[in-house]
Amino acid sequence: MRRSTTYIIGFAAAVCLVCSVIVSGAAVSLKDRQEANKVLDRQKKVLGVAGLMKEGEELKPAEVTQLFKDKIVPRVVTLKTGEYADGVDATTFDQRKMRSDPATSTKAPPNDAKVLRVPNNALVYHVMEGEKVKLLILPIEGKGLWSTLYGYLAVQPDLNTISGITFYEHAETPGLGGEVDNPRWKSLWPGRKIYGPEGDTVKIEVIKGQAGPVESDPNRVDGLSGATITSRGVTYLVRFWLGENGFGPYLKNFKTTQGKGA
Amino acid sequence: MSTKAKETLLDPLFNDNPIALQVLGICSALAVTTKLETSVVMCLAVIAVLVLSNLSVSLIRNYIPPSIRIIVQLTIIASLVIVTDQVLKAFVFETSKQLSVFVGLIITNCIVMGRAEAFAMQNGPGPSVLDGIGNGIGYSIVLLFVGFFRELFGSGKLYGIEVLPLVTEGGWYTPNGLLVLAPGAFFLIAIFIWLLRTWKPEQVTED
Repeated sequence: MRRSTTYIIGFAAAVCLVCSVIVSGAAVSLKDRQEANKVLDRQKKVLGVAGLMKEGEELKPAEVTQLFKDKIVPRVVTLKTGEYADGVDATTFDQRKMRSDPATSTKAPPNDAKVLRVPNNALVYHVMEGEKVKLLILPIEGKGLWSTLYGYLAVQPDLNTISGITFYEHAETPGLGGEVDNPRWKSLWPGRKIYGPEGDTVKIEVIKGQAGPVESDPNRVDGLSGATITSRGVTYLVRFWLGENGFGPYLKNFKTTQGKGA
Repeated sequence: MSTKAKETLLDPLFNDNPIALQVLGICSALAVTTKLETSVVMCLAVIAVLVLSNLSVSLIRNYIPPSIRIIVQLTIIASLVIVTDQVLKAFVFETSKQLSVFVGLIITNCIVMGRAEAFAMQNGPGPSVLDGIGNGIGYSIVLLFVGFFRELFGSGKLYGIEVLPLVTEGGWYTPNGLLVLAPGAFFLIAIFIWLLRTWKPEQVTED
């Protein structure tokens, strides 16, 4: 049967209207829950890399939030100067949003980690023990083989010893590059040193093959077998964020003030 | 249940399986089946979308102008998929992170649109829902079959629980790397089709 053009246009408009109401209804009504999930997921990862939550340990959402509140202080840092940006509210700071917005980020110089933009401000976490900063948790990101890896690196207050690494988002091949999530591989990181014996240059590296024990081979970590490019990506991204264009200035500043800050 | 309804529901399981016989929806079957857990969530998502899209298309089938029917179906399916994606993000966050883009790709899953066009456009809401369930389960059977073997032999686990202790974890099993990559799923789907056609020789296509 043939329908008039008016009917067709009217029908199409009606379908679009109904569908858009359903879609926006679902998006709006579920938004709070989704946001809460995201925050919780990040808190879990931060607690995990801080060693406050064991691998595979299941905590209730309320417990995670409580532990996070008790032990961890988020601080916003201006990357260029390395100073704390105390005017910015750290609890609602969204680094990835800042990174994507041209107004709050700058183009990164060409780098091996294939980081395209660097946010002006970044969010770091201090793990506290009483008044003292026990651990520094820095957000890291960079390209692997297929995807951008997002994670955290935990550094001790000597600013040389790594205490843990974790990735909370990536899409590397499961079983190969995806092994960056493997607890056994992650357990190779604690104790490794960022800098070489002479100090200044960032030496930490994920090598191809096996590295020695922490004491005799402090700057190298085992590669992921079958995932050379992901392994190399991890090296590059860790080096980028510890370097000049990443948290370099902040680490220098931290050293002089020992985290007291302004 | 009448024989007709039974056929609508049960035929897509083995007699007219959407993946094995109609060879639809292969792309998601490759992408999300590295683990059983993601496969299960994907199956549920596809069943939900299939049933709801069949139902809504069938309800308005007599009003859809034939000249724009495909785009109308697509609009409905796309909306349902977005809603499903939002629900997954709100309730099973961890798994939805692993499924990532593939939930969105249900939109392009030929099974959904294929059933809307081939069945729901000609049949009432009741049979259309049954057809949706049947095809969804047919799809799920293949996904779970593939997911089971890929997770077991690819990472030595089932539903995230260690079954074969891996060499890298101090056990004895060296995982089969091929199975975690997409080609592994191709082999498994081929084996599934082979087994199915040995059991039901009438499905064999003549040269």
